[in-house]
This record gives sequence, structure tokens and C-alpha cells, in this order.
Amino acid sequence: MNETQQTMSLNHLLKAQRGGRSRFEDLVVVPIFAVIVALILGALIMLATNVEPARIAQSYVALLEGSVGSLNAVSETLTAAAPLVLAGLGLALGFRAGLFNIGAEGQILMGGMAAVVVGFSFSSLSPMALLPLSLLAGALAGALYASIAGALRAATGAHEVITTIMLNLISYRLLDYMLRLPSVQKEGRADPISKSVPEAAELPRLLSAIDPNLRVHAGVFLVLLAVVVVYWILFRSKIGFEFRASGENAEAARFAGIRSGIVIVAAMATAGALAGLAGANQVLGVLGRATPGFSAGIGFDAIAVALLGRSHPVGVLLAGLLFGALEAGGRQMQVDAGVSIDLIGIIQALIIVFIAAPLLVRAIFPWGFRKTTGREG
Amino acid sequence: MQVELRGITKRFGEIVANDSIDLTIREGEVLGLLGENGAGKSTLMNVLCGLYSPDAGEILINGEPTVFRGPADAIQAGIGMVHQHFMLVPVFSVTENVVLGVEPTGLLDHLDLEKGRREVREINEAYGLHVDPDGLIETLPVGVQQRVEIIKVLFRSADVLILDEPTAVLTPQEVEEFFQIIDYLRDAGKALVFITHKLNEILEISDRISVLRRGKIVGEGDPAELTRPKLAEMMVGRPVTFDVAKAPVDPGPVLLDVQDLTVLRDNDEIAVDQVSLNVRSGEIVGIAGVQGNGQSALIETLTGLRRAAHGTVRFDGHDITRVSVRKRHTMGIAHIPEDRQRAGLIGKFSVAENMVLNNYYSSRFSSGPQVNWSTVHKSTARAVQDFDVRTPSVFEPVAHLSGGNQQKLVVARELSREARLIIAGQPTRGLDVGSIEYIHERLIESREQGCGVLLISSELDEIMALADRILVMFKGHVVAEYDTAEGPVNKSSIGLAMAGAAL
Repeated sequence: MNETQQTMSLNHLLKAQRGGRSRFEDLVVVPIFAVIVALILGALIMLATNVEPARIAQSYVALLEGSVGSLNAVSETLTAAAPLVLAGLGLALGFRAGLFNIGAEGQILMGGMAAVVVGFSFSSLSPMALLPLSLLAGALAGALYASIAGALRAATGAHEVITTIMLNLISYRLLDYMLRLPSVQKEGRADPISKSVPEAAELPRLLSAIDPNLRVHAGVFLVLLAVVVVYWILFRSKIGFEFRASGENAEAARFAGIRSGIVIVAAMATAGALAGLAGANQVLGVLGRATPGFSAGIGFDAIAVALLGRSHPVGVLLAGLLFGALEAGGRQMQVDAGVSIDLIGIIQALIIVFIAAPLLVRAIFPWGFRKTTGREG
Repeated sequence: MQVELRGITKRFGEIVANDSIDLTIREGEVLGLLGENGAGKSTLMNVLCGLYSPDAGEILINGEPTVFRGPADAIQAGIGMVHQHFMLVPVFSVTENVVLGVEPTGLLDHLDLEKGRREVREINEAYGLHVDPDGLIETLPVGVQQRVEIIKVLFRSADVLILDEPTAVLTPQEVEEFFQIIDYLRDAGKALVFITHKLNEILEISDRISVLRRGKIVGEGDPAELTRPKLAEMMVGRPVTFDVAKAPVDPGPVLLDVQDLTVLRDNDEIAVDQVSLNVRSGEIVGIAGVQGNGQSALIETLTGLRRAAHGTVRFDGHDITRVSVRKRHTMGIAHIPEDRQRAGLIGKFSVAENMVLNNYYSSRFSSGPQVNWSTVHKSTARAVQDFDVRTPSVFEPVAHLSGGNQQKLVVARELSREARLIIAGQPTRGLDVGSIEYIHERLIESREQGCGVLLISSELDEIMALADRILVMFKGHVVAEYDTAEGPVNKSSIGLAMAGAAL
């Protein structure tokens, strides 16, 4: 032990080092390249299906315009991104705790349904009370529905991937069933559709003063709040520390006296609450009522958003905005260039493939990365 | 066959793992390669096995410069490696494992196991290995499994055998048998490289010794002219004390009292069978035994990780048989887990996060639902200094630390709280001499401060050096007990008890 090491100052030990370059590459460079490669491959697919180069260019211009080219485009992007970020935050939190929750779709449906029912059942309440109550109902329903999978995992070891997929299937049919109940179904309608929520339960539109057609609504504040809260839970709170410890190394967490059963149920419930909020956000902010399959695959897209965001709240926010932009821009692309919106689905999927295979991205763009070096084991 | 390494240099980024190393391996000779973890032994051997290509230098086989493009080239050239962690398929027979990858086949790719079996028998006879070609790997003792690894290498006609820490998993008796096999192989003209950090063994079996430190050969010599202290000094770079200075301490009251404890494994086999033992404050009780004789299940039960099937565990007078892991922590039981990477640390977590892995909830580190990270960071920085954990900062992921520093971090965590009983499982396994010395000192210090220490180790030397009382476990029973206060303990008698002779 020499002198310099002994006198190594406390301050030195407390100085946070810059996240290494490899971390930066992993979090920023890989996703950017993944998006670029996916767009290029999307263009190649269009070429292969006899779309003229001029129209390919036109469609990508439309994609850009439709997502950020105008106030309406931005409004549409934010509207599409909000539920993706909310559900994605829940999934990211689950991933951190080592839970691969496929059930956001079902949790969105249950949460949205609960929000609608509370919304039209207590329509006499003031907006100050009814909106929070409806949102809370959505979060609670999502949390309870997700807890079923959590409890099964904790008590019997049933894998959450299987149980949440099954719960999704149940939720579709449960929704259809409930939408035909006389107490829920809209009067005078034969098809499964719920009563509308009163205005007091709606998430107010933010820009209706400028143009009543701008759909962006107060759900975006909910999203920002959720990002902050999830960040706090994961990185500042005791329960979040338990989530992360269990997710990274369940055995070490067990040895440290962390009870895995409690962690699993709590993490699933929190994830479900966020998905439930996403559902409430849709019915209270966009749709105004519940219809069969109103989740529209958001719960599955949110898995991609959580993965793309590297299960980090800020990453999820950015990834959700990207997916919202693709969604909004894709609709414009279909209108302007006549290219099917299915292509957007393909591009989204390709992005995920490349995110999941960072080595592939590194191989395609070797100049974008520092040479990797091994270390003696 | 003679292999010569000339000026081998291997760099990883800015780290020079091997710095122009010259080494000669001769037939009919055992070359002992000694070095701490991270000294560059593995890198050097991986170069020799064709896994890494050197940045500079050359490999000469019988005087001919040879370039290995991959491991297959090295095997072709007759160089074989016996890995520290066995690479065997547990549900396959010995012969099936030996032929795996180079299966003798007949017409239409028909697997000719009979031919393999014949060759295994021939190798058995030639080198006195005594392995049943049809034995199922999972039913064989560890020592025999190791011989299967050796047969695998010989089956591929290796003339140079690299043995990576081969004695780490063996009982003292098995080590003796293993050395006999090495003698056979040497007499048959094989060239052997014996990699280890155990000084006694390298002195006993080697014909020549080379010592690596920080990627360089820092010493070479004839075992007859070398001594343990000299070798240790070469390896570590400073004089090392071997005898742990241990002041006599009068043991205090009984802290841990285990009565008639029976514990089952996950498959309902009996792991611990009616064991009774106690640990008093101010004493170190060592549990010796070959791995897999119930020690792990015993620790897990004492720390609350596994339920007792029968019997009671009392700590400081309280019955804690059914008390949770966390409650036991807060009562003052510290636990240094056997497998630090799997159970003691979270590799991706920072040094600070690992430092509070099992006490983040205490009022010292948290308020309400929130962890006070700035307090954690400051407290960790102090502990890191106190326990000499070498890390660039408290934010460094522990996976980036060396094994010795990782273990020091675990020890720092467990000893910096108010512990009265320390349960230490294999606290120095796989560590370098410097870290071992340090951890031993800290355990002795805790004993002098009145802690009780239960030390479980398969390193008999460690038990002998530290323990005031020694218990030997075999097949779930405590089969022998020695009290060092009643005079020196006979090492071979413990060794025999470890092998079950006392039954």
C-alpha cells in the first residue's frame, strides 16, 4: 500500500465520472443509427414493391411534415405519444425489476374501462373532482389487473409472459361483454359501445383556443409527471432500489433480505397503474368513450418504446415521442404519397430489431464507434 | 516436444496484459506458473491455446515459428488446456464426454463409441487414471471429473498440458492423487504447465517456476532454491506475512447456538443432518470440509435463506429459527456469501449501491420512502478508504473491480455495521495473496473486538491459520471437532476426516 493510494482523497472517490463513451454509444449512437438503417430499409422495401424513387422521397417528406411540420402535426405527435409513454414507463419499470410484462394491452383496456364507468356514473361531480377520480379509477383498475399476474408469479412461479398474454385475451372479451351491459352500453345502440363521459371527466384540450381541431390534451402533463415520478421511484426510492436489485440479480437481492414476492407484486401493480393511466388517457383525452379494442395495439407498441428507451424514464419519453411522430407522420404519408401506413409498422419493427442487435449496428457503421477492446478476465 | 514463447506481448487497449514474455516449456517437465489474479497468466495461456493472437512475439514449437489462427491450430499442434471450471456434460458418460467434438464415426456417420471406450481404457492404463469409461459424469466425484478433463486433452493427442488452477476444487487427499497423475504424465514425456497461486503446491510439484507480476516475468527459479516467502514476495512485490498474528482471546458468552439442525436441499435430500454447534463471542469457529458436504445449506439456514426442517437456531438467546433474513441482519448477524458475484454483489450496480445492498433501508441511509444517496455516497467513500477497496470512484460498477476488491467491498459492507456474529463463507476463494492477508486481518480484528466468527472454507490452510475451534463436515454431519487451545492440530487427521475416514 503506497502513500498516494492511502491519501486518495474522499473527494476524488465522490467525483462522478463521465459516463464512459461506450455508455454514450449504447444509449444515443445505437438508437440514432437504428432509426437511420430502418428508414433506409423502408425505402428499399418501397423500391422493391415498385414505388418510384420520387414517391419514396415524397413519402419521407410527408413523414417529416406530418410529425413535426406544423402545429397540427406536433399536436398529433404528442397525442399519439402520450399513451405510449405512459404504458412504456410501466413496462420499463417492470423490465428493471426483471419482469417481462406483455400485459399492458389488457391493463390499458381495464384501466380505460374503469375510467369511463366512473366518468359517466358520477357525472354530477365537478371537473376538479371527477377528472382525478376517473384517472385514479383507471390507474387502480390497471394495477389490480396486473397484480393478478404478479400474484400468480409470486405465489406459484407462473411466468408473467404467459399469464399476461392470457390476461390480454381475457380483457378483450371482458370488454366486449361489459360494453353490452345495459348499465354501460350507450342508450339506443345495438353495437358494443359505452356511454360517453361528460365533459367534466375529459382531459381538456390545450390548444382549442387557437384551433378547436388541435387534439393535444392535458394528458401530456400527466405524461411529464409520470416521467418524473417513475424516475424518482426507480432511482431515489427504497422500493425502486429493491425493484432494480431484484431485476439485476435476484439471488443477490434475496441474500440481501429483499422479499421477491412483495417486489414482484408491487412492480407489476405499479406497471399496471401506468398502463391503466394510459387507457384512461385515451378514453378521457381522445375517444370520450370505450369501444371494442380501443387500446389499438398501444400496449404492444409500448413494449417497443420501453425497449428503445432502454428502460430509462427519459429514454422512454424520447422513444415514445419518436413512435408518436412515426404514427402521426405515417398517416400523412398515406394521404400525401399513397404509401400504406403498414410501412410505418415495418419501420418501427426494424428499429427494434436493430436496437436489440447493437453488434449489427456496430458492424454496419464501424466508423461511428470507438474500437472495442477486451479486458483480461 | 518443446514450446518456446519469445517476447510475447498482448495489449488490451492501453492495458498491457503480457509484456514481452519469454517462457520455455519442455517435455518431461512441470513448469509452475505463479501469479496473482490479473497478473496475466490467463492471457498468456490463452495466447498459447490460440484463443488470442499476440501483438508481438512468436511461438516456437520444436524450434519452428508457428502461428495459431485459432484454438483448433493449437490442439492440432498438441497443446491442450484443462480448465479450472470443468467443461463436461453432466448427463453424458465419461466416454461420450471425451469424444465430444472429435467423435470416432463409422459408416454413414455412425457413432463408434466402442472405439472411444477402447481409447479411454488405453489412456487410463498408460497414465494410471482409473476412470470408468461408462461412468456418468454427474455421479462422479470432482477429482474424477478432473481426470476426465485430462483424458479429454490426452485423447486429442496433446503433448503439452496446461492445468489452470487444478487443485482449487480438490480435497488434500485428492491433491495427493492428482500429483501422482502429474508424475505419470511427466514420466511419459508430456510437458506440463501448472498454474496456481498456492505456494506450497507449486514448490512441491514443479521442476521450474516462473512468477508473473503485472504482465512481466519477475522471477524464475528452481523450487529447491526457493522458499514460500521468497515466492510470495516475487508474486506480490513486497514481503508477505504468512502467520496471522492472533492474540489469545478468552471467548465470551455463546452467541450462536445450533441444536439438532436438519436441513433439506431443494430436491428434499438431507443436506445437514442433526448438526449441533455453537459460536461464542471472541472466537473463530472454522468449518472444514470438501465443498458439497452441507456447508452451503448450513450457512443458508443460519442466515435465514433456507428453512430448517428440524432443530433450532438461537442467536444471543433468541430463537431465530423462523426469523427473516432482514431481521437477522438487523439483529447483528453479518454474512459474507460464498459466491460473491452471484449472491453478494450486483455487477452492474455501483460500488455505493452495493455498499448499501442490505442496509439501504436503515435510518442511516434513508428517510421515509427515499434513499439519501448523498449520505450513502459519503459513507461509502469512507468505507472504501478504510477497507482499501481500489476503485476509481464510488460510482464505478463493481463488475469493473478485480475479484479481490469486490470481496473487500463485501467485507467492508458486512463489517462496517454493528455486527456481533460474522458468518463468512469462502471469504478468500480465488483471491490474491494481498487480499487474503488483508481479509484475514480484518476477521481476526473482529474477533478481538468480541465478535463471533463462523468461518466456512474448503481451504484447510485458511481454517488452520484462523480458527480457534475446527469442525469438520462430511455428508451433512459434523464428523470431527478440534480445539486449537488443546495443542496443535494435525493437518492430515483433518484431511482424513474431510474424506469421511472418521465415520
